[in-house]
Amino acid sequence: MNPTYQPKSWLGQQANRFAPGLFFIGLVLLWELICRFGNVPNYILPSPSAIFTAFFDVEFSRWLTHLWATLRVALMGFALSIVIAIPLSISMMRSELMNRVLYPALIVIQSTPVVAVAPLIIVLLGTDDPSRVLITCLITFFPLVVSTTTGMLETPPEMIELSQSLRAPRYRETWQIRIPYAIPHIFSGLRVSITLAIIGAVVAEFVAAEEGLGYFIQFSTSFFKIPQAFAGLIFLSVISLLLFKSIQWIQAWWFPWSLPKKK
Amino acid sequence: MEDKNTTDDNAKAAYVSMKSVGHKYDPRPETPMVVQGIDLDIHRHEFVAVVGPSGCGKSTLLRMVAGLLIPSHGEVSVFNLPVTEPRDDVGIVFQKANLLPWLTVRKNVLFPLKHKYGSYSASDEKRANELLEMAGLTQFADKMPDELSGGMQQRVGIIRALLLNPDILLMDEPFSALDALTREQIGFDLLDIWKKNPKTVLFITHSISEAVLLSDRILVMSKRPGTVLDLIEVDLPRPRSSKTINSPRFAELTDLIRGYIYEPNVPA
Repeated sequence: MNPTYQPKSWLGQQANRFAPGLFFIGLVLLWELICRFGNVPNYILPSPSAIFTAFFDVEFSRWLTHLWATLRVALMGFALSIVIAIPLSISMMRSELMNRVLYPALIVIQSTPVVAVAPLIIVLLGTDDPSRVLITCLITFFPLVVSTTTGMLETPPEMIELSQSLRAPRYRETWQIRIPYAIPHIFSGLRVSITLAIIGAVVAEFVAAEEGLGYFIQFSTSFFKIPQAFAGLIFLSVISLLLFKSIQWIQAWWFPWSLPKKK
Repeated sequence: MEDKNTTDDNAKAAYVSMKSVGHKYDPRPETPMVVQGIDLDIHRHEFVAVVGPSGCGKSTLLRMVAGLLIPSHGEVSVFNLPVTEPRDDVGIVFQKANLLPWLTVRKNVLFPLKHKYGSYSASDEKRANELLEMAGLTQFADKMPDELSGGMQQRVGIIRALLLNPDILLMDEPFSALDALTREQIGFDLLDIWKKNPKTVLFITHSISEAVLLSDRILVMSKRPGTVLDLIEVDLPRPRSSKTINSPRFAELTDLIRGYIYEPNVPA
């Protein structure tokens, strides 16, 4: 933790504590004022109040349908990338040959813009969930591979020597030493990936979908229902944030030892 | 394996034997040796310390006895067998405790069994508890390593090495990460543990007084390439205590070693 400014007075402390929230509220107010007094039309930049009312213009069940569609694809793609990334990292860590063969391929996949490949994947796999899940997976798995591999390779040599001195089988060196050691790294990868998963799902919906928040935003925009599009966008940010937080909760709950120590 | 409690011969036989041992990590002829021409026999229940300046290859020596490194020159044998891989009857205490932060203290002590065989029995757990008791760590058994002080962590490291009941204990600068006061105390703790579990010990350190306080003999090494400067018999009576440190003989021995370590560095 970086040292933070600690004001002495009670008022100062409160202001310091609520500073991020106050800043956010201030920003929203400023936005509202600009829209109201600048006569900005709603179809250019809707005011926060217009966005708020737009939430209720759409039926709750419809929101749920779109939300679930995006969440489902994001989570399936995320899960698939965990299932692919972890074994891939282990094999690259264990075998120099695998590392030499797979690493360039991973770089090529990562440096190809997924947005550009997405339409091709739709052509290849159809317009249903499989192609959307694959698109999400392509976006999310690289940070996971990198963080897992880095963590396992950074295992202190003394821990590896402990394993060698016991003449333990290598799979136990991997499972009982390297993987646990990599947990903090894996979780930082997971935190990056989960937010990318939402992006992946939205990109897929932009290309081909009949439901989902990405689809909803695109659809609303094309009918100039901009406040609605913004409402959808806020939903997206909120689930993105909640997913990010849940990764942190899972880490704190299952692997409390892996969190940085508080001074 | 030899029976260690019977005949006189066995008592005299070297548990660990190094014959003109040398090592270089790079086989090309122009690269320098890390250690060179080391001859040393360590007998049953003997406590031998190795001191030398940093980088003199003390830890390399330990790794060769541990079977983690095969010497490029000469031969290291344990119980008269050349060391080709790590052995079950050799335990290692690492620098900085080397505990696994994701396991409780008890699970760290049991880790060698869990790691080697995949599981452990109730009687193994009983043994771990006995070791924890001996090291005065019973009430910390279910804590995580980072909740313990550095000295306590290293006591866990020592009893972890004792779990498989090795005949030989290798200690690689085990107290170097500790502060001076803790360091002196844990030295006495180690002597206490050693008295209760007599082992043949090879103790690597760069602290001269620690070597004199703990050991029966001290191998003094030169700077790289590490060679034997002297093998000193420590004739201080046991049990050793803080009184030992104040005795004139203690000062003589530390001075003698200090002479070896510093003199060769003085520019001619």
